[in-house]
Formats: sequence, C-alpha cells, structure tokens
Amino acid sequence: MTPEALLGGFADAPRQSARAFRAALESMARPGTLWSVEGAAPPAPLSVAAGVLILTLCDGTTPLHLGASCDLPVVREWVTFHTGAPLVTADEAQFALGTWADLTPVDRFAIGLPDYPDRAATLIVEMPSLENKGPRLTGPGIKVVAHLSLPETSAFRANRALFPQGFDTYLTSGAQVAGLPRSTIVEAV
Amino acid sequence: MTDQSAYNFAYLDEQTKRMIRRAILKGVAIPGYQVPFASREMPMPYGWGTGGVQVTAACLVPEDRLKVIDQGADDTTNAVSIRRFFQRTAGVAVTEATEEATVIQTRHRIPETPLTEGQILVYQVPIPEPLRFLEPRETETRKMHELEDYGLMHVKLYEDISRHGQIATAYDYPVKVEGRYVMDPSPIPKFDNPKLVGNAAIQLFGAGREQRIYALPPYSEAISLDFEDYPFAASKADHACDLCAAPDSYLDEVITDDQGSRMFVCSDTDFCASRRKAGHVGPMGTPMAGG
Amino acid sequence: MYVAVKGGEKAIDAAHAWLAEERRGDPSVAELSVAQIRQQLALAVNRVMAEGSLYDPDLAALAIKQARGDLIEAIFLIRAYRTTLPRLGASAPLETAQMAITRRISATFKDLPGGQILGPTFDYTHRLLDFKLAAEGEVPAAPTAPASLDAVPHVTAMLNRDGLIQTEAEGNATPPDLTREPMEIPTTRPLRLQAITRGDEGFILSMAYSTQRGYGRTHAFVGELRIGTVAVEMEIPELGFSVEIGEVELTECETVNQFKGSKTEPPQFTRGYGLVFGQTERKAIAMSLVDRALRWKELGEDNTGAPAQDEEFVLMHADNIQATGFLEHIKLPHYVDFQAELELVRKLRREALAHGEAAE
Repeated sequence: MTPEALLGGFADAPRQSARAFRAALESMARPGTLWSVEGAAPPAPLSVAAGVLILTLCDGTTPLHLGASCDLPVVREWVTFHTGAPLVTADEAQFALGTWADLTPVDRFAIGLPDYPDRAATLIVEMPSLENKGPRLTGPGIKVVAHLSLPETSAFRANRALFPQGFDTYLTSGAQVAGLPRSTIVEAV
Repeated sequence: MTDQSAYNFAYLDEQTKRMIRRAILKGVAIPGYQVPFASREMPMPYGWGTGGVQVTAACLVPEDRLKVIDQGADDTTNAVSIRRFFQRTAGVAVTEATEEATVIQTRHRIPETPLTEGQILVYQVPIPEPLRFLEPRETETRKMHELEDYGLMHVKLYEDISRHGQIATAYDYPVKVEGRYVMDPSPIPKFDNPKLVGNAAIQLFGAGREQRIYALPPYSEAISLDFEDYPFAASKADHACDLCAAPDSYLDEVITDDQGSRMFVCSDTDFCASRRKAGHVGPMGTPMAGG
Repeated sequence: MYVAVKGGEKAIDAAHAWLAEERRGDPSVAELSVAQIRQQLALAVNRVMAEGSLYDPDLAALAIKQARGDLIEAIFLIRAYRTTLPRLGASAPLETAQMAITRRISATFKDLPGGQILGPTFDYTHRLLDFKLAAEGEVPAAPTAPASLDAVPHVTAMLNRDGLIQTEAEGNATPPDLTREPMEIPTTRPLRLQAITRGDEGFILSMAYSTQRGYGRTHAFVGELRIGTVAVEMEIPELGFSVEIGEVELTECETVNQFKGSKTEPPQFTRGYGLVFGQTERKAIAMSLVDRALRWKELGEDNTGAPAQDEEFVLMHADNIQATGFLEHIKLPHYVDFQAELELVRKLRREALAHGEAAE
C-alpha cells in the first residue's frame, strides 16, 4: 500500500462527517444549490467533495463502483483503507464514482425495486465546474425554479420518468457539491 | 447516562449514523416513501421518540442549536429528557425559541412560527404506515404503496362521511405527497396539516420501533386527502388564546376547577410566551415583561 | 390564576432520586451484591442474557439489580448497552454435539447413547414452599459422578441415519443479523430463529401453548433437550485458523414432529429447533414449537389461520422491548391529539343533536 492511500481521511470523523452530511442532506433536499465541504484530501483525480462524500456515506456495507478514470491503484487503496467499501461492477453498486463519461450509460445502475425504490444507486459525478446555470430544475425541494450545470439532460429526464424508482446523483467539483434526486424534473433551456 | 466523553458525538457510533444518513438521503429523494432502516435500541423506550432521536443524532453538527417539543411545549417531561440527552451526548446548544433553532425535534405538533431555510424539523412517529389501521399486514400495505392503490383509504374516509356527515379524523390525518405516496404526518392535529405544505425547512420523520424513515423536502406538496364535496378543513377550538389572545394558534383546553371552568391556551409555549412578551394579553393573562 | 406546568427538569431529577432510594430499600437490610444475583438468581440472569441478546452474566446481574428485579427493564438496559458495541465479526457455527452437558433428556427414547442426565431441574420437585430457605443455612453438597468426556450425539442425528427425519440444509454462510438490518417479511428461518430466541419468554410460551391446543397443531415430541457449555470459536483471517474465544452456556431443544408427507416428500419426521442462552428450557422448548409451526409453508402444510403460523404476527410482536415501549408510551401526554378528538366529538354531537331536533 502506498503511503498516499493512508492519508487524507477525516481527522475528527464524528464531527467532520456530521458537517459533511448536513451539506449532503441540504444539497439533496434543495436541488440546484451549491454547498462547500471539507476535511478529506483524497488522491488525484478525486475532488475534495467526492472524497468527503465517500468518507461520509460509504463503509463495508456499501458496494462502490469506480469509473474508469478513477479506477487507479491509489484510489482503490484509499477507498479500501478509509471506508472498507467493496469495489464492484456498475450493476452491483450502491454508490458509483466517476466522470459523466465514466458512468454513462447510466442504465447499468440499480434503480430500486417497485416495492423498495430506496434500493437504488447514488452516483457521484465529478465535474470540471459547477454553476447555477444551464438546465432548468423544478420539483420537490425547489421553491420555484433552479438551474444547474448538468452534464446532460436526457439521462436525467429518462431517470425522472422511472419515478419512484431511479438513481440519485451528486455532482462534485473541487470542494463543491450539488444534489440531484430522482424526483427533480430537468428541462433543457 | 454519563458525560459526553463516554459516548461518541451524538451518542450513536459512526457506522450507525452512516446507515441512518443513507436512509435519510433516500427518503429525501423519494418524498413520502418509508425507507426501512436498522433502527437501534436507544437508551429510551420505543414509542418515546427513538426514531426521532436517531434521525436527530444523525443530523446534528456541533454548531447546531436544538429545540425539542412535545405537544408543542418545550417543558413537557419527555421533551426535557430528550433535550438533556443531546446536551450531554452532543454538547449542542439548546433553545426554546423556534426562530433560533437549527434543528427542532417534535412530537405531535408543528410550531406556529413559520420555519425557514436552514432549519430541520424532525418528527417522532409511532406508526409510520398510514394504511396500518386499515390493513395490519406490512406485506399487503407495501404492495398497496407499490401499486399506488389507495382505494382502501378513500373507502374509509367515505364511510366516515356517510356515517358522520364529515371525515372523522382529527389528527394523524393522511396526506398525499407530490402526487405519489400517501404519508402519515405523525399524530399532529389536522390543524397543522397545511404547515406541512410548501414548508421552507427540511421535514424528516423517524419511526424507531417500526424501523422507518421518511421525508418531505422543502417546498413539497402534501395534500390532505378529501373529496370534492367534502373538502379538507383544518380545525381548532373556536376560541382565542386566553393568555396571549392569539386568534389563530392551536389551543389546549385546560380545566381550571371542578365546576367545569376551563380556559384555552396556546399549545405552542414558545409562540405564546413571545406574544405575551410583545405585549399581547388575553382575557385571563397578565402582561409579561419584554425579554 | 392558571400557570402552565413548568419544572419538568426538576421533577425528573426528583423522580430519579426517589427511584434510587426505593431501589436500595431499607438501608438496615444488607445490600444485594451483583455476585449474589449472578449466583443465586441465575435463571433470571439467564433470561436477561437470552432476551437481551448479550452473553454477559455480570452485566445481566447488574441490570437486574438496577431494574429492581423487573426483568423486562433489565433486558432493556442490556439491549441499550449492546447496541453501542461494535460488531467485530461472526463466530464459527457452535458445535452443540460437543457440548459439555449438565442436563440432557429425550422424551422419545427410554435410553440412548450418552444416557439421560436429569441435571439441576425443578421437574420432579414438589412445589412446596421450603421454609428452611427463609432462614439462612448451608446446603449439603450434592453427590457427584465422574464427568464423561465423550461427545454426546444428538438424538435427531440417530434418527437421521435411517432417513426417518428430514435433513436440514447445512451452510457456513454468516446468517443475517436482525439487529443490523431492518426486518423484511417474508423472512428466512435463520432470521426467524433469531427473533424468537430473543423474543419475550411469555409471548413465545403462549404461542407454543396455542399450537398444543390446536391452533396450528404440530404433534411435537421433545426429541432432545440438552443444557451445557459450548466453546465459541472464531476464524481469525490473519491467522488462517480459528481460535477459541470463550464458552457459553446454552439450552438446545429439538422436537420431533409427525409429518404425513406431501406431494413431493414421503412421510418422515420433521423438526422444530430451539437454542437459547443459559439454562432456559421453557423458552427453548417453546421456541422449537413456534419454529415448527412457522415452517408450514416450506413443508407444504395447510395454513389453518392459526396465530402461531403467522410469521408477520409472531415476529412483529415477540419483542418485549418494542412492545413495552409502545405500550407504556401511552402514558406520555397526548393532549394535543385528545383536544383534536374533543373538538371533533363535540362537533359531531352538535350536528347529531341538531339533526335529531330537526327530525322531531
């Protein structure tokens, strides 16, 4: 194991993960809002925000899929050392991490069952940048309308059509995170 | 219960909190759907707020300011007991003022003061399944939710109307969330149902014994079930508060002697006290010093 | 003038102080030690360990002391403590055939390899109050016989040699953990057995009794009841072999039940299984009857609608900590809901009366 894999975890997990979760909760509950998180220093190419989400949400009980651009020995070691999450293929994943290009086609991911729609994957999509521009978002958590720089619209529209099944998404860039639950209605502008 | 250092921050271990947090996020993503979670045994009894306590524990950050109410009041014994639990195990600040709180755990009420963005309202839920008293089997009710088959609920409400001329449900009044799941809002009086709708705060519901978590994201739609010719109406005692004169708050009826005398006072103790401090005086109240 | 009830905090503190005083009782009477409870109220300790799902006699004894002898309260204390412990792993399956036996009886065979060992049982005592115990006194030592070091085979294993009893599936898979995953109905037998072994003794007893009285009858014989200690071993991946980490006292019961056969199976005996921490034979026998009753579906039997055949009913109501919490929560204030009901009933009465007058 490389020394790099041992570093970059939370120094004070109970408090840091609590703050990180609050940002994760607010961002999933208010699609289109941007939140800053801190406390993780994952190896490249992972963003701080993606690292924080992994440390906060993943453990030995949550199979994780690493997209091709993240599937490096140092990333695997970092994830395994800090969370113990089993690394799996897309169809078995509860969480998936990668760029949008890595993660498409997204129909490989679990969308839950008709009677247990919660058994669906959460995607963590690494983005070059995040802004409140681009596709128009409406739905639960949004007072009137919001905008978010999504990588595309059609995949999210198709996902919304599956509701209450469907995957949920976090978008990360640097220390920023935004949430996009399956319930959000996405329209191109 | 000893001091903070003997237990992890907010009592629960990190793995348990992660499990609860994942359930909360799925609940937020599927408004009104009850997410099963592996509820832990808490140091207070099932039925006394273990679900709410677990959700609050999973949400709290050291910077939070926590308010706990039971029946709208901050000083009921179970609210005091839960507030103390978090003071000891999470070291968070506490408050009785609704607008100062960042997390509010409640049993049976929604505060009168409108909530704002940045606040989380955590409900203690005894029976999360709105269909449970119509169909006791989980296997059956799960199927009904899957098929969006809520006929049984409408039949029940309709039977009420044919028998009583109106829907005879006064609290725990079911709502349909975002046009999909019928949800139990916990045993709040139906007076509070309109406050579920379009609320700026995140509303989280925890049922410990029944192992379910569900959520209403901010600004969600939650329509109280009714019929076109028998529309839902929020109701309360036809009085103003005898202490603060509020005409529009939910009231407790207090029997004041054995001759049948009674008075009506706000169930929301913080709301009532703030009004009295602001100079509002009801027929049986006395002016209160501003605070 | 009306003043809202304040001072919940003070009331709670005072109640706790009073409770502590009542727990101690008259200070002129010597205080019970945890060791005394562990030694002399061992069957209470066993019940608390079994339903608390934690094998620790000292903590169970402490819980009984703290709970003033209220065993459900003591179980609750143990459960609340247990839930804070990390789950480090699963042990290797226990080999109850290797049990160091203190009691072993079979109702199905007069004698059998390994013998009938009566052990420390109430069974043939006459239930007459022993007033000698009211005075202090030494107990004469019981006669002893040399312990046999031979493993005592299970009765059902002997029956199985002739194919007379259904073979149970073997497996080394770690069973699901009831305390780590929410219960999903329909469930599996390992999960059912977990729920029953930690279920309330009274509830499980009554469910089992109901099957004997015809509500889901299973024609059970006690093939074997054995009590004793068993080594607990754990695989240590780093070492590549398993090590003994301790031993536990267990009660195991296997019932032999008549089975007339089905379309796919020839007639043979089937079994119900009970395994409980400590010397807890009432619970273990009851558990095996309830287990057997719940197996109707896999054995192709009829569902007669008996409560003990109803998995959801049995499993959702067996836990006394859930039950007592929810039962007792109705002591909490409900005046907001009650007020809503009050308004509703007043309104309905007003309308009913007005309607009546109009009709007259």
